[in-house]
Amino acid sequence: MDYVYIVPVGSMKGDFWIDPLAHAIMRTFGLKTRYRLFDIDLSRAYDARRRQYDSAEILRQLIAALPPDGCRVLGVAEVDLFIPILTFVFGEAQLNGAGSVASLHRLHNEFYGLPADKHLMLERLLKEAVHELGHTFGLIHCYEPRCVLKSSTYVEDIDQKSVEFCDACMGKIRANVAACRRQGKAEAVKTNRGNAVKSYDVPPIV
Amino acid sequence: MKPEDTAILIVDDEVSVRESLRKWFQLDGYRVDTAEDAVEALKKLQEQSWDIIFLDIKMPGMDGLELQRRIKQIDKDVVTIMITAFASVDTSIQALKEGAFDYIVKPIDPDDMSHLIRNAIDHRRLLSENLRLRRQIEEISSPDKIIGESQALKQVMQRVSAVAETDSTVMIRGESGTGKELVARAIHSSSNRRYFPIVTINCGAYAEGLLESELFGHEKGAFTGALYQRRGRLEMADKGTVFLDEIGNIGEKMQMDLLRVIETRQFTRLGGDKMINVDFRIICATNKDLEKAVREGSFREDLYYRLNVFSIVLPPLRDRASDIPLIAQHFMLKFAQSMNKNVTEFSPNALEMLTKYEWPGNVRELRNVVERAMVTAKGRRIEADELSFPFSSSSSDFFGDDSLEDVEKKHIRNILDRTNGNVAQAAQILKISRLTLYNKIEKFQLKKKES
Repeated sequence: MDYVYIVPVGSMKGDFWIDPLAHAIMRTFGLKTRYRLFDIDLSRAYDARRRQYDSAEILRQLIAALPPDGCRVLGVAEVDLFIPILTFVFGEAQLNGAGSVASLHRLHNEFYGLPADKHLMLERLLKEAVHELGHTFGLIHCYEPRCVLKSSTYVEDIDQKSVEFCDACMGKIRANVAACRRQGKAEAVKTNRGNAVKSYDVPPIV
Repeated sequence: MKPEDTAILIVDDEVSVRESLRKWFQLDGYRVDTAEDAVEALKKLQEQSWDIIFLDIKMPGMDGLELQRRIKQIDKDVVTIMITAFASVDTSIQALKEGAFDYIVKPIDPDDMSHLIRNAIDHRRLLSENLRLRRQIEEISSPDKIIGESQALKQVMQRVSAVAETDSTVMIRGESGTGKELVARAIHSSSNRRYFPIVTINCGAYAEGLLESELFGHEKGAFTGALYQRRGRLEMADKGTVFLDEIGNIGEKMQMDLLRVIETRQFTRLGGDKMINVDFRIICATNKDLEKAVREGSFREDLYYRLNVFSIVLPPLRDRASDIPLIAQHFMLKFAQSMNKNVTEFSPNALEMLTKYEWPGNVRELRNVVERAMVTAKGRRIEADELSFPFSSSSSDFFGDDSLEDVEKKHIRNILDRTNGNVAQAAQILKISRLTLYNKIEKFQLKKKES
C-alpha cells in the first residue's frame, strides 16, 4: 500500500527520467516507487478536434488500474494534455485522491523552438511530478514563489520555482503521508479507487 | 482577501466544463460550487451569496444572458463572467453591455484564466471594500445626533422645526459645548436648502484681516501672498446656509461689512471690483451676552437686530440631567466602534456620578469624559472609578491626601470667599456660631482673606 506507481502513458522517447523521478519521490514523500506499464487506452482520451488528450480520461484509467499495494499512481505521458475549459495543462491530479498525471509534451525546450536541454526537461518533470503528487495528498496551490506547489501557467513559471515544498507545505505533506499510511492499505484503496471508479461516467475532480 | 474567502459559482450544462473549472479553482483554494442550469443556479443564489459567477451563454432552458439579468436583480455587485464558444461572441458583447465583468472563449489559456480570475477578485474586493468603507465612514463621521428626551430639549426641537422651513436668520444662544453647531445643522438639514452646503465659519478663530478674506475670498495679488484668486466661504455657501459661530467675537469693521452683505446679499472679493451675488441663509451662534455688548457699544445695534430675528436658547446640560445617560450611552457606542472596543454599558454608580456632575463644559465635556473612560476601560462596563472629571471642584478638594484639618481650612476659606469675607453670613452657611468661626479664622490664619 506504500508504493507510488510510476506509469508511462503511451510510447515514450526514453527512460532516463525514471530513476531521478523515483529518487525525488522517495526524498520528498518518503515513499517507495514501482515502475510499471498499465494497460492504458490512449485513443479513448484523444479529442480529434483539439488534437489533444483529455487528461481526466487518462487519470480515470490510471486509477482504475492501480494495484492494491499502490497508494498513488503517477502517469508520465509524452502527449499534449488538456481539460475542456483550458487550452492545455502540464499535468493533472485528484485532490486528496490516488491519481496524477504529468506530460513531457510542453516541458521540452523544442516545443518552444529552443535547443533541446535534457537536463532542464528532467528538472521540469520532477517539479511537475512532485507538484501533482502534492495535490493527491490534499495540498492546494501555494503562494510562496519558490514552493513547488506554486501554480504554473507557463513553462517559465516552472523554471522559477524549486523542486522543494516550502516549510509550511512540507509540514502538511509529512502529516498527510503519515495519516495516509495509518489509514491502512485496504481502506485507502477502497476510498481512493472506489470513488474514482464509481464516478467513471461523471468525471471525478478532473 | 484570502482565496477561501472568495465564493465562485460555475453554471454550465456541460459536465466536463463545469467540473474542470471547479477543479481548477479548487486547487487555488477558492470555495467553488457548480450548477447545471439556471434554475439550480438561482436556487444556490438564494441559499448564499457569491462573489464571482461563471455563466455559460448557451444553456437549455433559461440562457446565460437572461440568467445574468436575474442574478443582477438579486445582487448587482456580483461579478459575472460569461463562458462562450467562438460562435456566440456577439452574445458575449451583449452580456458585457448588460454588466458582465468579462467573457471567456472556450478553451482559454491557463495564464489568461489566472489573470481573469485575479482581476475579477480585485474588482469584487474593491466593490465590497468601497461599500464597507462608505458605511463605516458614515457611521463614524456622521454628525452627532441631537439626543435627549427632556422637556427643555423638546422645546428647543420644536423651535428648530418651527424656523427650519422659513428663511429667517436664526441666533442660537447657549453655553459653550451645548451643541449650537448641531442645532444649526439640524435647522439646515430640515430646510429647503438641505441639498446645498452648510458652511461653518468660526469667527473667533481668525484675525480680522484673515476673516475678511476667509468670508469674501480674494483676487490674485490682493495682498502679499495672494498668489491665486480664491473663493470665499460666502460664495461656497451659495443657495445653502452660512453658520457664523462665535459671532460676538468679530471686530467693528467686520461687523459693518457683514451688515452690508446681509442687507444686499452682494459683496466683492478682496482686491476685486466685481459684485458677487449670493443667496444664503444665516444662522449664528454665541455664548456671549450680546445685549450687554450692544449697550457697551462693542457690538453694532443694527447688526444685532439683523441677526437676532429668531432666537433659540440651548439649555446647559445640568438643566437637562435626565438626558445625560442617553447622551453618555450614545458616545460610548460611537467610541466603542471607532476604538474597536467591546464596551457596552455604564455601571449604575458611574451613571449616577455622570448625572450628578455639574458639567461646566456641557455635552463637549461629557463626550471628553466618556472618551477618556473608553480609552482606559478594561471590561465591557465602565465603572465609576474609571471616570475622571478634570474640572470637578469636588475631586480636587476632597479626594486628595488632605487631612481633615486641611479640608476644613479650605472649606472655610471658600465660604468666606463666597460671602466676600462676611463672617456673619459665613457662620450661617457653615452652621456654626460666629465665635467659633472667629476662632477657626484665627487658628487657620485666614484673616487676610477676611479683609
